[in-house]
Amino acid sequence: MRITCPLCGERDRREFTYKGTARAIPALDAGVGPWDDYVHMRDNLPGAIDEWWQHDMGCGSWLMVTRNTVSHEMIAVVAGEASGLGLAEAQAQAEDQA
Amino acid sequence: MAKDMLELTAKSACAGLLPATIGGITLSEETPAHLTLLAPYKGREAALSAALEAAHGMGFPAPGRATGKAEARAIWFGRAQALLVGPAADAGLAEHAAVTDLTDGWAVVKIEGEAAEDVLARLVPVDLRASVFKRGYTARTELKHMMVSITRTGPKALQIMVFRSLAATLVHDLKRAMEAVAARG
Repeated sequence: MRITCPLCGERDRREFTYKGTARAIPALDAGVGPWDDYVHMRDNLPGAIDEWWQHDMGCGSWLMVTRNTVSHEMIAVVAGEASGLGLAEAQAQAEDQA
Repeated sequence: MAKDMLELTAKSACAGLLPATIGGITLSEETPAHLTLLAPYKGREAALSAALEAAHGMGFPAPGRATGKAEARAIWFGRAQALLVGPAADAGLAEHAAVTDLTDGWAVVKIEGEAAEDVLARLVPVDLRASVFKRGYTARTELKHMMVSITRTGPKALQIMVFRSLAATLVHDLKRAMEAVAARG
């Protein structure tokens, strides 16, 4: 398995650490329900899934990697700040809905 | 108490371990006077690069690159970071970047020789051949599970940096690999 880091290029899997499923973070004041869901609940479906990986042995970046959990194909990689899953985006969305 | 009893002697990270030459490959320690981490503030990257150019003669390096020369080098050191190796950092840089003194925090060694790339090929999961990893290229990667910074400094020479506490392990692993390469003739 190899992951193409946006800064470092294609690197061996051993340089990266898996950090869990990548999903939109709830707004800070979203309440217990959405936060319980965010922390504990996973669909865990086979196929393409968004995940966080950190290039900790390399540049240190957090990356959102789309990986096929059946074939282990690395489908896409984007830098964490370009994932659209940050707290700033969550807060903006919450304000839009309010 | 006699005055001379209070004088301390600086000890380099690889003191007593290097230099070593095995099979035509030489491993030696480099002792740059200063190591300074530069992390530009948001939106100040260009200003920092200009200030670095004015003060030390090299721009801020792009990812995977090093700028400057042997006596004063700026090495890309990770996401939005560079390490200034050699001169004491100009005080003006602090206007544009978080400036952290890391002097003596990292061990710096140089591996030089015809087969230096073969030695590192046994330890590092990155292609470091001169045709791919050219002069002025640098990489943050791992060497036998240690976080390292590797920079090409010459056609047959590479600089390797690890945390100072890992210096003895680095030298041990490099020597073992040098012996293995030498044994193959």
